[in-house]
Order: sequence, then structure tokens, then C-alpha cells
Amino acid sequence: MSSSTTQVDRRVFLKTGLAGATGLVLGFYLPGASTALADATAAPAAAAVLNAWVRVAPDDIVTIIISKSEMGQGVMTSLSMLAVEELECDWKNVRTEFAPADKVYIDPVFGMQGTGGSQSIHSGWEPMRRAGATAREMLIAAAAQKWGVAASECHAENGAVLHAATNRRATFGSLAEAASKLPVPADVKLKDPSQFRLIGKPTQRLDTPIKVNGRAGFGIDVRRPGMLHAVVLRCPVFGGKVASFDATKAKAVPGVKDVVQISSGIAVVADNTWNAMQGRNALAVKWDEGPNAALSSDTIRKQFGRKVKAADLNVNAVKAGRDYAAATLVKADPFAIERMDKNQGKIIIDGNSAFGRRGVSDFVGDAVETSKAMKAPVQVTWSREDDMQHDYYRPTSYIHLSAGLGADGWPVAFTARIACDSVMSWFFPGTITNGLDTSSTEGVSDIAYDIPNILVDYQLVKSPIPLGFWRSVGASQNGFFSESFIDELAAAAKKDPYEFRRHLLAKSPRHLAVLNLAAEKAGWGNPLPKGVYRGIAMLRSFSTYVAEVAEVAVDSSKGRLKVQRVVCAVDCGRPVNPAVIEQQVMGAVIYGLTAGLKSEITIDKGRVVQTNFDDNPVVRMNEAPVVEVHIIQSTEGPTGMGEPAVPPVTPAVCNAIFAATGKRIRRLPVRTQDWT
Amino acid sequence: MVIRFTLNGKSQSVDVNPSMPLLWVLRDTLNMTGTKFGCGMALCGCCTVHINGEAMRSCVMPISAVGGKKVTTIEGLSADHGHPVQQAWIEMDVPQCGYCQSGQIMSAAGLLAKEPNPTDDDIDDAMQNICRCGTYQNIRKAIHRAAELQAAAPAPGAGGNTEASPSASGTVTGGAE
Ligand code: FES
Ligand code: FES
Repeated sequence: MSSSTTQVDRRVFLKTGLAGATGLVLGFYLPGASTALADATAAPAAAAVLNAWVRVAPDDIVTIIISKSEMGQGVMTSLSMLAVEELECDWKNVRTEFAPADKVYIDPVFGMQGTGGSQSIHSGWEPMRRAGATAREMLIAAAAQKWGVAASECHAENGAVLHAATNRRATFGSLAEAASKLPVPADVKLKDPSQFRLIGKPTQRLDTPIKVNGRAGFGIDVRRPGMLHAVVLRCPVFGGKVASFDATKAKAVPGVKDVVQISSGIAVVADNTWNAMQGRNALAVKWDEGPNAALSSDTIRKQFGRKVKAADLNVNAVKAGRDYAAATLVKADPFAIERMDKNQGKIIIDGNSAFGRRGVSDFVGDAVETSKAMKAPVQVTWSREDDMQHDYYRPTSYIHLSAGLGADGWPVAFTARIACDSVMSWFFPGTITNGLDTSSTEGVSDIAYDIPNILVDYQLVKSPIPLGFWRSVGASQNGFFSESFIDELAAAAKKDPYEFRRHLLAKSPRHLAVLNLAAEKAGWGNPLPKGVYRGIAMLRSFSTYVAEVAEVAVDSSKGRLKVQRVVCAVDCGRPVNPAVIEQQVMGAVIYGLTAGLKSEITIDKGRVVQTNFDDNPVVRMNEAPVVEVHIIQSTEGPTGMGEPAVPPVTPAVCNAIFAATGKRIRRLPVRTQDWT
Repeated sequence: MVIRFTLNGKSQSVDVNPSMPLLWVLRDTLNMTGTKFGCGMALCGCCTVHINGEAMRSCVMPISAVGGKKVTTIEGLSADHGHPVQQAWIEMDVPQCGYCQSGQIMSAAGLLAKEPNPTDDDIDDAMQNICRCGTYQNIRKAIHRAAELQAAAPAPGAGGNTEASPSASGTVTGGAE
């Protein structure tokens, strides 16, 4: 999702009674926050609500309620740090709890309760600190009242309120009950950043211990009394449906309880997952394959390729005109198969990685419908094959780029014509105005280079392939396009690709700073071992600036390339938890490399050809480069890190391939024949 | 068919279809959900457990082949995160989403049991587990760190209950039909 900035003000705090909670519970409520996204989804204009909760128990345990899904991005730790920075409790006493579904947890930027768009820290930055500060002030007020002194004479420190003049001290736990009965202060003062003792310090994740002993509960681990297990057979062709089926053999498989038709296909329900899978193998189904039965990658390629050529682009002194294609679809691979169960009308969703796949909730429907039919809790498991073939993919995108260079070699004009399928039309069609889906153009339309004439043209091209918010969305392919093409221009101008960018970013200090930092840390210009080459790329996405230098060992004669080292520089505003930022960058590099170098979804006869990790491989340990992360010590407001380090890695690698071979990669994923 | 084996140091019997993979016996029959399902085809390593001390992929291991053997899962690797691999994992904050990590840890523990001081190449060879979150670099660091921890304090039975004798009492019978 593209990020937008919401001014978080006019905040009203509410005291809220959470069932069963003792001590102090605080939440707050923001009236009137709305955004383009919220408007477009016709969310009620009145009250968008942002949550943040602090609970202080009598035993001094502080529970921070986390309104975002922890998907590995470290958000339960980072959001807790924001609240605790102001609350002044002992970090060792911090616990977290995930927020239930409730209006109070609606994200004001999205206009709904959700996690994504590299948005959590940006949205939580002020409200979470304010929640901590408000709780602290109430605890101080309770202590002052108890001691009959002025609140202004007291301060909070390390989980207790102190009155220095009389040397008195009371723990938060002992004050919580009284504090919860006091009025909520209308306004509280937040710390000056120079006073931060937690924000900005690498902080260990709160969720690590349960993730090293098998105790972390994922959706697939939910167990309920009387729970049954199911798998669903879906029509392999997009848009197809069940014509008829014979379940006799499936029902004869030991352990199979029933076979029921649901909207997405045929659910086979059994006493365990494996028996359900055996039952599914025994199903005899006739499909109505629908209108897409002849669809193939080839027809899609032609459809999109034609569009970028449909108009002639006339730019003065055109020296370079290039077609690029991220022709292929890429899938998200959530690493836990989505599994839900339905229990007394409550849908339980537990955290695992998602990378965009859980922006869609089709799997919830499977579980709800099957549970209803069975009148019992049913856990529906998606096998890897189910997920590979019934995903919501990164869209097909083609681009034609051209530019004119002046006599001095600096670009005077830049044009782009993008033909891209539209993610937003699947989710938020209301955000598309005059046929423009900005998620298809982000990363090109906002090109930072100082070029006097820029024209970006876009055609929304539809295919029947389901689309989703793949990690970094439009910036993923558009970063490849724009950063490869800038490299082409540098080569055409016979200038060093780093110096070329540097010159064109002179008026964009934050872009320039990450570019310089990455180049400096990578030792740009220093000699490399024989057979190793460098490439550089830089992109701002989700309001975060990232530059990456890739060192790639290239052996054309053997058709071998290995990405050895990737040096990353990031400016995500004020870094909240540098340890988590580093993890996100490392992960994003691996994720980007998988899509750039290995993973491709192709379509034949209306269905996805790939089935599992054998024919849709991902980067493994032996292919993983060393990733170095350098963080700009910015004082700007923090922005997200879940996605922005994905886009630069592929163009950085492709630019290194060009440096090695003179061959320009214009299609993803990189194929050996394109550079040998 | 009743199959008996040793699970995390205790004797265990289950009455299930003999071709049912160990993974599903653990997860669905015994409700031991620490071992994960990722591909079902021995491609990703999510489901790695130790069988007679050897790291193996439980998704393709029929339960009939486990009869009489010693199985260690992530739940039995140590009491309270005590295994050097778990300690190093905590120290390095390895997991992101954590879904692959049971398998990663069991693979790493299997490697260290055989090769107490693995090189980077040994790690590349032994660690074929997929991590979609891309934690490989921290896994590599943590394995080297675990090797140090293991060398510093070679606890008896490091490598978890893999080597423990099945003397512990308490037979749990699986709830399958
Ligand atoms: S689930 Fe066994 S290797 Fe993937
Ligand atoms: S930590 Fe998420 S898949 Fe490895």
C-alpha cells in the first residue's frame, strides 16, 4: 500500500474497561482522522480510531496491547519500546498482548484494523508514546494524592514513582488501581528525544524465547476440543468452478468424516490433516474451467508488451529507448500455511510471515464455511501446492523508458510508459481515479533524479490473475525499471553510475545521503577481486530511503553468478529499534533476490504451472550474501522498514551484471541466457 | 496399527495408518505442534526432527519406519532453552516470524552433534532449510556461537534427549482411531 501521512492530533483519551483487567488500562481514540484510503473504501468518515493500550498489574507487570500483527517484523517489540520510553517502567516487566478486533484499534491511515504498508511504526510513533506518557502521569498523580504532595514534585523512574524531597517511593503496581480511577490528563508532555533511553538502542525481541522452543502458536497450531481438519480442492483454472464431483472414494478413505462443497471448492474433512489430504487425492471432480482456460504467460506477455508500444513517445534528442518487463508474476510464499479455525463465532488469526499474502482473507472463508457445514471447529490447511497455485500475485508489468541526454551527458528528458495490471482494483477500486492506480507507477512516477522534463504515462491493463500486495508492491518492479534505466543512462553518458546518480540527486539530501553512505561503506571505486563486480541502486519507498551496493561474482563462461555481499544504507527517520531494522533489511535483501533471480510463476491453460519449492525455488543459506546494514541517524519522524529494502537489491545486482558483461537485464527473473 | 517409539525420552505408542508421516502424527495425533509443515516433500526443512540422533525430515517419514527408534522434537531438545543452539539463537535474536525456526534449530543441533566446529561450508551443506524471512546470516552466526557455547560447557546429553535413554516413565497413547 502506498503510504500517506496523517496528522495525528486532536486526540481524546478514554479509559476503557477491558474484561478481566485489573489495574490501569488506557486507550485512546482519535476522532476525525481520515485518509484517501479510508475515504475510498467508504469507511465512515466520522471516527477513525487509533489504538494504544497500557495495562499495569498489581505485580508491576506492564502489558502493552499491540494492535498490529507480529509477522516477524518485530512490531511487538518496537511498539512496546515507544510506550515504555515514556512510561518509565522496567523493560524486564514488559509483556505484550495482541489486540482483539475492535473499533478502537482501527489504524487511522488505513481506516481499518490491519497491518501493512510498512506503516506500523509511523502510525504508532506518537500515539504509543502518548499512551505511555498518559499512564505515567496518572501513576504520578495517584502517588501524589497518596502522599499529599504536588504531582509536580514527583517523577517516575524504573517502574516506580518517587518523591525526592521526602525520599518516598511507590511501585507502579501498587499505584495502578488508584491511578485507574483518576481523570485522564488532557495533554501530556512527551520527552525531548535527547532524553530517550530506549528508542534508538538495539533491543532484543520479546518474541524470541517462544520461537526457539516450538511454543509460539501459529494459525496452523490452533487446537480446539472436537476440532476436525480439512483441505480444499480448488479449480486449478483461475475463475473456474466445480461442475460436478463424486466423493465416494474420498469418503471411503479411513478418517475422512465428510466432503462438503464450499464457495472456493470442495472441502474434505477428516480426523487429521494427512487423512484429509488422502481423501482429497481420491476425489473425482469435473471442473467448469470458465473463460480463462486458454490463458498462458505468452498471451499475457503479448497483451502487456503491445500496450507499452501502443504510443510513440517523442522526446528531444532521444538517445536511449528501452523496453523492460517484469513480465512474470511472483508469489508471496507466506511461510506458514494459512490456517484458521472458527470457535464460537470468533475467528482466531495467529501470526506468521505473510509478505502480502494475508492482505486477502480467502482462507478465513474456507474455514468458516467448512465449520458451519460440519457444525464443529474445522481447521483448514493450505498445502504448499494450494498456496503456490491459488495465491494473489505480484502483477505483470511492462515499461518503455526513453530519455534524452544533453551534449554534456546529463539527462534533459525522461519518459516512461507503464502497462501494469492493477492491484488496487482487487482491493480498493475506489482509489483508482481516471484509470490511474498509483501502486502501478510508484517508484517511477516519483523518480528523484533532477531531470528537467519528466513524463510518466500509464495504462491499466487487466488480466484475470488474482493480484496482491507483494512485499514492497509497485516499488518492487518499478525500482528495478528506474534504477536499471538510470544505470543505462550513466553508461550512455560514459559516467560512473554512482557519480551520475550523485550529480542528479544534489537537490535531494536524504536520497543523496543514503547513496553516499552505501557507496562509502561498500568502498565504491576500490578494486575488487577478479571476477567480482559492483552495482548500485537507490529508491525511496514507503517514505524510507534505501541505497544498496551489490558485489556479484560473475563467471559468464560457466553461467554462474553469486551475490556475495550487499551493503545497504537506510534512512527510515529516527531509528526506533536498530536491531530490528537490521533484520528487516537482511530479510528484504534475501526476499528481493529470490524474486529477482529465482522465482517465477508462469501460466499455462489458465493455471499456475509451479507447484512447490522444487519448481519455484527460493534463496537458501548457500546462496545468501553477506548483508551489511548502515542506518542514518536521522531525527525525522520514523518510517517503516518492512518493505523498502526490497526494491533496490535486484537492480543493484543487475547493474553489477552489466558491469561484468555489458549485458543489460531487462526481464525478471534474471535468466542465464540474458547475460551469458 | 500400533507403533511404538521413544519420543523426547519417553516411550510413546500410537495407533494410526502406518503410512502416515511422522510430521502429522506429531502435529495432529499427539498435538505436538512445534514441528512445522512447510512443503510436505522434503524440500524446506520446516519439519526437521532427530531420529536416532540424526536430523531428518518428518514430512516424508512414514510412522511405520519410526518404530523402535528415538525421536527428538523441538519440544524435547532441552528443558527451558538450555541447548547451546537455542541459547545462541536467543543471543543473536535469530527468528523473525519464527515459523521455520524449529526446523532450523533441529538441523543446526544435528550438525553440531556431528561436527562440533563447523565451517561455513559445513553450514551451507547441512542447513538446506528454507527461511522466507531471510534469517540466514544470523543463523550462520548463531551456529558458530553455539559451537563456542557447546565447547565451553559440553553438557552431558547436549544434543538434547536424542542421546537420553528411554528410561523416563509415562506412556502417552495417541488419540487416533
Ligand atoms: S515440510 Fe518437510 S521438508 Fe518441508
Ligand atoms: S523466520 Fe520466518 S520463515 Fe524463517
